[in-house]
Amino acid sequence: MKNTGLSVKNVVAIGIGSAIYVILARFTSIPTPIPNTNIELVFPFLALFAAIYGAKVGFIVGFIGHALSDFIMYGQTWWSWVLATAILGWIIGLAAKQLDLKNGIFGLKQTIIFNIVQIIANIIAWVVVAPIGDIIIYSEPANKVFVQGISATLSNGLTIMIVGTLLLKAYADTKIKKGSLRKED
Amino acid sequence: MTNTIIEFKDFSFQYDSQAEPTLKHLNLAINQGEMLLIAGPSGSGKSTIGHCINGLIPNIDTGNITGECIINGKNIQETNLFDLSFITSTILQDTDSQFIGLTVGEDIAFALENDCQPQNRMKQIVHRWADELGIEHLLKQAPQNLSGGQKQIVALAGVMVDESPILLFDEPLANLDPASGMKTMALINRIQKELNATVIIIEHRLEEVMSQPLDRVILVNDGKIVADKTPNDLLHNNLLEKNGVRNPLYLSALKKAQIDLNQIPDLTSVNALPDDREIARKLQNWQDKITITGEKEETHSLLELKGVGHRYNKLQVHPLHDVTTTINQGDFISIVGQNGAGKTTLCRIICGFISNEGLISFNGDDLKQYSIKERSDKIGYVMQDPNQMISQKMIFDEVALGLRLRGYEENEIQTKVYETLKICGLYPYRHWPISALSFGQKKRVTIAAILVLDPELLILDEPTAGQDWQTYTEIMNFLKQLNQQGKTIMIITHDMHLMMEYTNRSLAFAEGTLIADTDPIKLLTEKALIKKAALKRTSLYELAVKYRLKEPNTFVRAYIDAERDEKHA
Amino acid sequence: MHDESQILGYQPGNSFIYQLNATTKLVFMLLVSIACMITYDTRFLIAICVLSIFLFKEAKIKWSQISFIVKLIVAFMILNLIFVFIFQPSYGESIYYSKSILIHAGYFTLTLQEVFYLFNLFLKYVCSIPIVLLFLLTTNPSQFAASLNKIGISYKISYAVSLALRYIPDIQNSYWDISAAQQARGIELSKKASLGKRIKGTLNIIMPLIFSSLERIDAISTAMQLRRFGSKKKRTWYVTQSFKKEDYLVMIAAVILVLIVIVLWQLNHGRFYNPFI
Repeated sequence: MKNTGLSVKNVVAIGIGSAIYVILARFTSIPTPIPNTNIELVFPFLALFAAIYGAKVGFIVGFIGHALSDFIMYGQTWWSWVLATAILGWIIGLAAKQLDLKNGIFGLKQTIIFNIVQIIANIIAWVVVAPIGDIIIYSEPANKVFVQGISATLSNGLTIMIVGTLLLKAYADTKIKKGSLRKED
Repeated sequence: MTNTIIEFKDFSFQYDSQAEPTLKHLNLAINQGEMLLIAGPSGSGKSTIGHCINGLIPNIDTGNITGECIINGKNIQETNLFDLSFITSTILQDTDSQFIGLTVGEDIAFALENDCQPQNRMKQIVHRWADELGIEHLLKQAPQNLSGGQKQIVALAGVMVDESPILLFDEPLANLDPASGMKTMALINRIQKELNATVIIIEHRLEEVMSQPLDRVILVNDGKIVADKTPNDLLHNNLLEKNGVRNPLYLSALKKAQIDLNQIPDLTSVNALPDDREIARKLQNWQDKITITGEKEETHSLLELKGVGHRYNKLQVHPLHDVTTTINQGDFISIVGQNGAGKTTLCRIICGFISNEGLISFNGDDLKQYSIKERSDKIGYVMQDPNQMISQKMIFDEVALGLRLRGYEENEIQTKVYETLKICGLYPYRHWPISALSFGQKKRVTIAAILVLDPELLILDEPTAGQDWQTYTEIMNFLKQLNQQGKTIMIITHDMHLMMEYTNRSLAFAEGTLIADTDPIKLLTEKALIKKAALKRTSLYELAVKYRLKEPNTFVRAYIDAERDEKHA
Repeated sequence: MHDESQILGYQPGNSFIYQLNATTKLVFMLLVSIACMITYDTRFLIAICVLSIFLFKEAKIKWSQISFIVKLIVAFMILNLIFVFIFQPSYGESIYYSKSILIHAGYFTLTLQEVFYLFNLFLKYVCSIPIVLLFLLTTNPSQFAASLNKIGISYKISYAVSLALRYIPDIQNSYWDISAAQQARGIELSKKASLGKRIKGTLNIIMPLIFSSLERIDAISTAMQLRRFGSKKKRTWYVTQSFKKEDYLVMIAAVILVLIVIVLWQLNHGRFYNPFI
């Protein structure tokens, strides 16, 4: 990820995106009835940002945002999970071109593409990257980290499917052209 | 000999995203060392002219150019943004976006860092400009600890380090209290003189900008230059109000008294007006003719505050404290005072967003027992930035949100929403997405969304900040109408004339203390109070003093009453 | 302005550690963290633990500044250890190739090896925390970006980090403002509300927060370009500090710690120190 071609807008998107990430990670984690499982609304946000600004920004916002929020909240980072978040942003960002949100269209086709990509991204992030990182860094037992990974995939995948799709749709809607509107009495 | 530094030749520009050209066949030449104002309503193209001068067009804002624009000998179509930034320094309207450093010192050094200047040189330059602009003591401060006026000066220092020949100010007065606005203008004038820089100010607040001598005013409307004159010629020409720019108040007053402006050689400021007995007589006559409407009769009290206050953290120097007053049913109250004096804090306390040291009762009920949501049935709060309030896509849904969350039936919701939209003049747009609305319309959507809950008291944070004259008039007349229908309204504002024209009572704050609670016109009588709360007298008062009218305050009141009568006739 | 005490941040001071260059502290923190990640050598981890606590004392940081965070981490740690145990109580035996049973309990039979493994895991998590906290509490955020750039991260990314630190307080304030205004509209965020309602309510805060921030991104990037950010391949930093003798000593110490870890790897024939064989 040596990025020589980062535009100024991307730099600012990374800065502000990471700041929003820190705030959302801290204040919008909603506990569920299932123990030790929270609905993290920060992931749909990351998905939106990656879908708008692309893979590079998605990766770096995931990385810096997660690392900073871990640092600020716990004084410790779990690098394997930081990397997983970054990969999640990166893979979703790869679909940015196909989705073309700036055109204001987010129909059934885009919804399906987005959700297929985000599910793949979640699986790679939480079932591959994070557990392998945990095994390499902390030598934790394999079955524990994979079960953790699968539960994260389910909760985050579902959250992005519902909330993320909504966010992307709302963003695309802000790009509507004015020409089609008429006043009514 | 004069040197042309900026030249537009038959210049037109059309944004890629728009169907019509924004600038149409512009011809304009600006000389080295001039200080000029580009005025015009929102959407007139005045900011687009600025974007050509600093190179945002065509480097960032893409579009189609015909004709030529030459800045310091360089055609903007052949020059990149970075080269042009050495020629034109820009101070943006939104100081929070302009201020990107973690501290004042870093922010001033930002451009130097990007030029790879060595550290000792940067320190030297930063200290020189900080000293020059009087912000040396702030160098280690974070932006969160500065007032709006201070941020503006930091922004100025941050571009002064380039020592470029052109300084471009994009609506520098929009977010400042009146006293800071005057200070900023004086500072711009001083810098211009010292450096012989070419200064271009883009603003729609003509009167405030004209507090300093200008060489020229360019009046823009609908993408064309309507006038390119000295301020004095422009004021003689009666072009301003036709083109959506407010006349200086003293001129409107002279006109109302039927004084022939063509007979007055210099109109640029109250001081420049001639010492003419005839004018004084006409003004006095006019003042005497106006019958001043009586004071509002006393009504029952709605909101009682006792010892109200809040401290954000231990480091806060002037926390809001010990506010005691009573708001009456039907009041239209303005809350004024310098940035950071505690105005917004007071509103947040009333709405229950933050804790309160004292006691607040509403219709005799202690508010402490009510949650934010319960309070909002009685008290509505409209934030300054509508984008921070809007969470729905469609206008209807945004206005309906509060009702839906309160469990109303859908058909009842529809009736109520339509009714509110009609009051707010938004009914024709009811099926529109909010993203298609202008700023002023968005603001009205947020007001509608609060109004639909039928609160007795409405609180608005700077409802007209940064708005042009038309939007300003639109929003304020709408609020006035609501007030006449019986709503009690409180607004935070920096606009002295708005305060006098629309509100019947003012609460002035300074350093966390309520220092005055009185009639708006009386508030501007006491010099000490004006200074303490960073307020400013309007030119009406100065006019009355200059011509030794019997009672300056009565003159101001007469003017405002006449104004109201015209609007509601 | 809300719960600020629960967020870690720079707090000015003047002990020895404050005098060190930010880059030095960053390098030290990163190298020690990496060393602790690689090794599972109990002796090394204990040594780092002792060193961390010593440095903490040296920096004269008060317990009250960090008590909240420490309690949070310990709670998280214990939960994690329980999970590790539940999923594979026999994991310790397979690492240390021996089995000394402490408590017979079928699947949950507890061995000395498992206890030792869990103890090591705990140390690994905990030992570098004081150093990281120390870094956060004693490093002026202004210098953080400059030091990232100095250790080889591109200046654009370094500056993005600086921007994040600059705007976190602003965005936090916006978050609370929007939250209050939306609660006034009637959204329900309290624990009483159902899960669906809470998600919907939070979404009503997130949407305006994100969309107003998107506009802000455009404004800030314009402002930065008008001041020539990105015009050159590198940039200098107003706040960089020069290196002093102490800085070199501290960095050498960090490198030595990493070398020790490599030597230990050779001696132990792997990352685990095995006292059982």
